[in-house]
Amino acid sequence: MDNMVNVYLFGKKYQVPAGLTIMTAMEYAGYELVRGCGCRNGFCGACATIYRIKDKQELHACLACQTEVQEGMYVATLPFFPLVKKVYNIEEIKPDQQIMMQLYPEIYACIGCNACTKACTQELNVMQYIAYAQRGEYDKCAEESFDCVMCGVCSSRCPAGISHPQVAMLARRLNGKYIAPECGHLAERVDEIEQGKFDSLIEDLMQKPIEEIKELYNTREIEK
Amino acid sequence: MYKIDKLNELAEIVAEKRAENANLEPRRMTAEEKDTLLAAFHPDYKQDEFTVLSAGVNKGDKVPSQLAELLQGKSRISAEDVDLNKPDYDTDVLIIGGGGAGASAAIEADETGVKTMIVTKLRIGDANTMMAEGGIQAADKPNDSPAIHYIDAFGGGHFAAKPELVKNLVTKAPSAIQWLNKLGVEFDKEPDGTMITTHGGGTSRKRMHAAKDYSGAEIMRTLRDEVLNRGIPVIDFTAAVEIILDENGKAGGAVLMNMETKELLVARAKTVIIATGGAGRLHYQGFPTSNHYGATADGLILGYRVGAGLLYADTLQYHPTGTGYPEQIFGALVTEKVRSLGAKLVNIDGEVFMHPLETRDVTAASIIRECTERNKGIDTGLGKAVWLDTPMIEYKNGEGTIEKRIPAMMRMFGKYGIDIRKEPILVYPTLHYQNGGLNISVDCSTDVENLYAAGEVAGGIHGRNRLMGNSLLDVIVFGRDAGKNAAMKAKSIAIPEKLTLAHIEKFNNELAQAGIENNTASPMLLPHYARKSK
Repeated sequence: MDNMVNVYLFGKKYQVPAGLTIMTAMEYAGYELVRGCGCRNGFCGACATIYRIKDKQELHACLACQTEVQEGMYVATLPFFPLVKKVYNIEEIKPDQQIMMQLYPEIYACIGCNACTKACTQELNVMQYIAYAQRGEYDKCAEESFDCVMCGVCSSRCPAGISHPQVAMLARRLNGKYIAPECGHLAERVDEIEQGKFDSLIEDLMQKPIEEIKELYNTREIEK
Repeated sequence: MYKIDKLNELAEIVAEKRAENANLEPRRMTAEEKDTLLAAFHPDYKQDEFTVLSAGVNKGDKVPSQLAELLQGKSRISAEDVDLNKPDYDTDVLIIGGGGAGASAAIEADETGVKTMIVTKLRIGDANTMMAEGGIQAADKPNDSPAIHYIDAFGGGHFAAKPELVKNLVTKAPSAIQWLNKLGVEFDKEPDGTMITTHGGGTSRKRMHAAKDYSGAEIMRTLRDEVLNRGIPVIDFTAAVEIILDENGKAGGAVLMNMETKELLVARAKTVIIATGGAGRLHYQGFPTSNHYGATADGLILGYRVGAGLLYADTLQYHPTGTGYPEQIFGALVTEKVRSLGAKLVNIDGEVFMHPLETRDVTAASIIRECTERNKGIDTGLGKAVWLDTPMIEYKNGEGTIEKRIPAMMRMFGKYGIDIRKEPILVYPTLHYQNGGLNISVDCSTDVENLYAAGEVAGGIHGRNRLMGNSLLDVIVFGRDAGKNAAMKAKSIAIPEKLTLAHIEKFNNELAQAGIENNTASPMLLPHYARKSK
């Protein structure tokens, strides 16, 4: 067959059609995946994978569902990585520098090697967001880490033992809850609903004969 | 750049007409035009793709043939395979499924103080919720109201939804957003805190709240974090394979199977919530899917076998804009937000052939018509597709809009050399959502006492078509309600004493009497993608 490439799944050689992703190549080779396969669309981080091209030095990290196979690819999936997840009560903690020191003190042991950033499957600037976390700048940490799928490859490469995705998770929750501006119109609407302001309007709609509600729907004004 | 030269040439036509197309405000279809279009081109109307059920509560109703095969399939166990008198787990509320609905239910049940447990066949967060990109609806702006949201949702669902469920959905929407925000979920906001909201197909007000185009991921990872913070047990890589009933026919637990070792386990519970999600991985009618690996309709089978009825199981949502090219991401979701931000749908001649924000069923049918009857689709080598003119977003809203508002889309196509800021993308409908499901009442209870359902597995909230942003909303609103109600019920009842799996044999007998011989193991648990013939 033409357009076949040689890939080495956990070191074992398989010929698979070019154009497949690492994940579909594994299935082509006959694997019934249970671990290491999730959304298959690049959102869940289940399929973190490390590969190296034959005779080359550099190690690459990727999501198996989002990466096309290449000739001579040596592949090891990383379906689970033991990240440290600290528990806390979101209602009781505060968005100050103290909380990071308390829950994830190892971030201050970062040696600046940047291996996390080089390994990120989402091409995020991981070391930078850890730096923001160190300084208690959780809004910046949240923004910089936003596209993180928590696959854990960064942590697998970290000499300081940092669980970067969990640090970022905490920063985003602190930002979302305490730092980002509060939404006035949301609070007002929740109050109005609690006071029953819309009850009779909706009850009325629920009672309407179907033809009447069809008419309402088909002639409703649509905001530009 | 596209790897196929012809596609680059055709994309040029789209670029040439961009300025003209950007200024166009395409007409919306009339109700009659929509009905005619749907009947002729929507996959739900292809009668030979459906099978009439011969057994169970919904005997006589039609469902997609692949689903019928599973609903009338063979249990993975026999009653004698497990000892129901020696439960491996004992809990008040058992939640099957670790997606948005399951996690929301767990948090609310835990909040009431009852013993709560999640079982999930993959990991917590491995769910369609994680993959929802575009946003979540809530009528919280001054020019909007829950009543307007009600009309949009009820009309968009072809007036078939259960009114009390729609009421619950729309009136609890703002508090659902507030609940999420207080848990730390980030939403796109203006500096003064005003929510940045857009339209979705079929909305009459801009009420789509988002967290870039990772809306579901942002919600799901926060809910997961909260479940873990609360110390709620999550038994992962463990599927439910049968619901267990008590001697009075009420739900009392589930038989579980370790996905790796195949060990069977018994979980005893006072109440059970099915929150297993959808069915995209059944690939109805051969469509690709935007769904999660685990979306195999398991909850429908679990519920159906013990007597919980289905509602609208014959209506599916084909998302209009699945990826049509390249093959590595074929069928992957291109969020509706791309159209909310101003991208239009364009055919091979560079013509805008419809308003980009009709409801999903209408838009999907219109794209199928363009690619079949009208023959104005683009041949991608994988099938036909139409253009979605993404560069129009920045043409209208300025440079940087795409990276800021839809970074996941930019990344997904960027990996294959397609810069969506500069080149239009190719799309075709993909199997996206199960509109129907287990029939629920407004308290999320099913036809079986002590058995609840929430999220995509439940039916009746969206009628025969769901609007964008009403599913993330549904999983939160009904997930929370299911958790609260199942917990309250659990507080009022004793631990079920005599557990039984007699329903398995009873259902088998019913199948035999109906003359059905079917050895398909059911629930499916995972799709069968491994290549068998070599």
